[in-house]
Amino acid sequence: MRIVLMGNPNVGKSVIFSRLTGTNVVVSNYPGTTVEFTRGTMRFKGEKVEVLDAPGVYSLEPVSKAEEVAVKLLRDGDLVVNVVDSTHLERSLYLTLQLLEKRIPLVVALNLWDEAKHKGVEIDVEKLERFLGVPVVPTVAITGEGVKELVSRLDGASPGNLELGEQERWRRIGEIVSQTQKVYHKHPTLLEKLGETSVKPLTGVPLALVVMLLSFTIIRFIGESLISHVFEPLFEFYAPLATKISELLGPGLLHDILIGQLINGEVDYLQSMGLITTGIYVPIAAVLPYVLAFYLVLGFLEDSGYLPRLAVLVDNVMHKLGLHGSAIVSMLLGLGCNVPGALSTRILETKRQRFIAATLMAIAVPCMAQTAIIFGLVGRHGLSSLLIVFSTLLIVWLALGLLLNRALSGESPEIFMEIPPYRPPHWVTLLKKLWMRIRGFFVGAVPFVLLGVLIVNIFYVSGVIQVISKATAPVVTGLLGLPEEAVVALVIGFLRKDVAVGMLLPLGLTMEQAAVASVVLAMYFPCVATFAVLVKELGVLDTAKAGLIMVTLALLVGTTLSQVL
Amino acid sequence: MNKLRTLEDMGPGEQGTIKKIDGGHGLQRRLNLLGLGIGKKVRKITSEPFRGPVVVEVDGGQIAIGRGIARKVWVGPVDENSSDGKPKRG
Repeated sequence: MRIVLMGNPNVGKSVIFSRLTGTNVVVSNYPGTTVEFTRGTMRFKGEKVEVLDAPGVYSLEPVSKAEEVAVKLLRDGDLVVNVVDSTHLERSLYLTLQLLEKRIPLVVALNLWDEAKHKGVEIDVEKLERFLGVPVVPTVAITGEGVKELVSRLDGASPGNLELGEQERWRRIGEIVSQTQKVYHKHPTLLEKLGETSVKPLTGVPLALVVMLLSFTIIRFIGESLISHVFEPLFEFYAPLATKISELLGPGLLHDILIGQLINGEVDYLQSMGLITTGIYVPIAAVLPYVLAFYLVLGFLEDSGYLPRLAVLVDNVMHKLGLHGSAIVSMLLGLGCNVPGALSTRILETKRQRFIAATLMAIAVPCMAQTAIIFGLVGRHGLSSLLIVFSTLLIVWLALGLLLNRALSGESPEIFMEIPPYRPPHWVTLLKKLWMRIRGFFVGAVPFVLLGVLIVNIFYVSGVIQVISKATAPVVTGLLGLPEEAVVALVIGFLRKDVAVGMLLPLGLTMEQAAVASVVLAMYFPCVATFAVLVKELGVLDTAKAGLIMVTLALLVGTTLSQVL
Repeated sequence: MNKLRTLEDMGPGEQGTIKKIDGGHGLQRRLNLLGLGIGKKVRKITSEPFRGPVVVEVDGGQIAIGRGIARKVWVGPVDENSSDGKPKRG
């Protein structure tokens, strides 16, 4: 048996899903589409039942990809739980009536029941049940209220037998709403007032700056604590094992690839550069803690309702880059790790938007690893040099966006979306999402990072790197004004940015050189993992185009920067 | 007298009832699904600067609408007979 959860966006559907299912939850793409849905299992009458969380939709007319998938999932289901927003009964009922027309067994969950009460909305549940002819259960997903009753009434699910046109549907909804719902006037709550304050530009923009600043402070605090209390002790524990392996292998090719160089006769996680030393230390002990902290904070901003407001505030800028406000989510995800960032561009409607968003992100949004690199390389020259690097990236992001929006044919669609009210997030749902994103980082990024180290090490041992370096030396020294020793580092940077930094650090670059090197490193190529995702998401041709833009622009900006500074 | 304004032209805090929507069936449908059908009472919250979106309140929730669409939705004085709850749709 299969249960499908259906409902409008922002009705707490995923919280209901989280309550029904256990921990064994997977995200998958519907075959042949890029739309994601979540799948889990629950026990029902002693039987293991599959639960599918369909994408949030307002109707079943297949006009968008999400709706197409919802309709397809419906065909695979044996029973539908329609999650309805009690605070927006009228709008929600459109989907409910359409589901009744599909003649599939249906149960309605009147979710956000508490919020409706606070808003002065009263719904006569029994009357509504009679109108719809299916079980209707008020629920408060976030506290779990009503969820047990919802499960107990799944048995009574019955299919509808309606046959309505669009006009009739709205007329019927008008009739149902007028007879089952009463709305009393209530004064807006503090959260509602805050909701307005944060989209009004005069108050919203300063608030956004405060939220961003606070977020990054928290991310840094959590990240640093995780590193010093969890991950570094873990690797200290692992050090004797690595040393043992090093001894067993003895000097030779395999040792150079796996362990790398011993520093003062010992494994050094930052400088050895081997596959099982630096190769696993950097992604796990240096990057993962920040990725984890970042996605925890981002998930909180998402689920509390702040992110949609930020999307509205920045929509004017994003629109001029050929995107709309919602694309800010991809960019923010990209600040954590470019891999989930690039994957999230799927939610954008057109191919053009996806190309612009993915290219901008890959070129000018530094991931946590790149940020760490920039801090390592430039940070010791002071705050002003950090400012130079990050503002250069921001300018590139804006300028390239404007340019692409002009150069590419096609329109940028307008924003048109609901802004959900502020709500306290449900922690279990939040942690599940965090877990899925972290898993994405492990499965999607870490293997490629290891592959990158392997290839670099093989190239290094076999002398290929030195040949390429000779060929590109005039560009690096002539145009970018970097010392000759930096050539190898930049070439390696194609595969491993962090390794490149390890090689640049001892060169004693001046502030100007360090700034140029880190801007070029950040821009000219994404990491191998992101590159693989780009090929998958955009196709080979568009990725090649994006790659060409990256290399050209990196050289252009690098050269300009070395002249100006 | 016909004193209609678009959602774009309304001032912050002003209220009105949706009277007319320029545009085809597709646009009307999309607007209806987010509660912005003809006969619905709306309150303008703000317009974002630099031709950013317009934010309105309808049915106690907020909706963000790009300028292009906001210009197609015409609003008249509040019509108390058909405000919340009992929508008339044409």
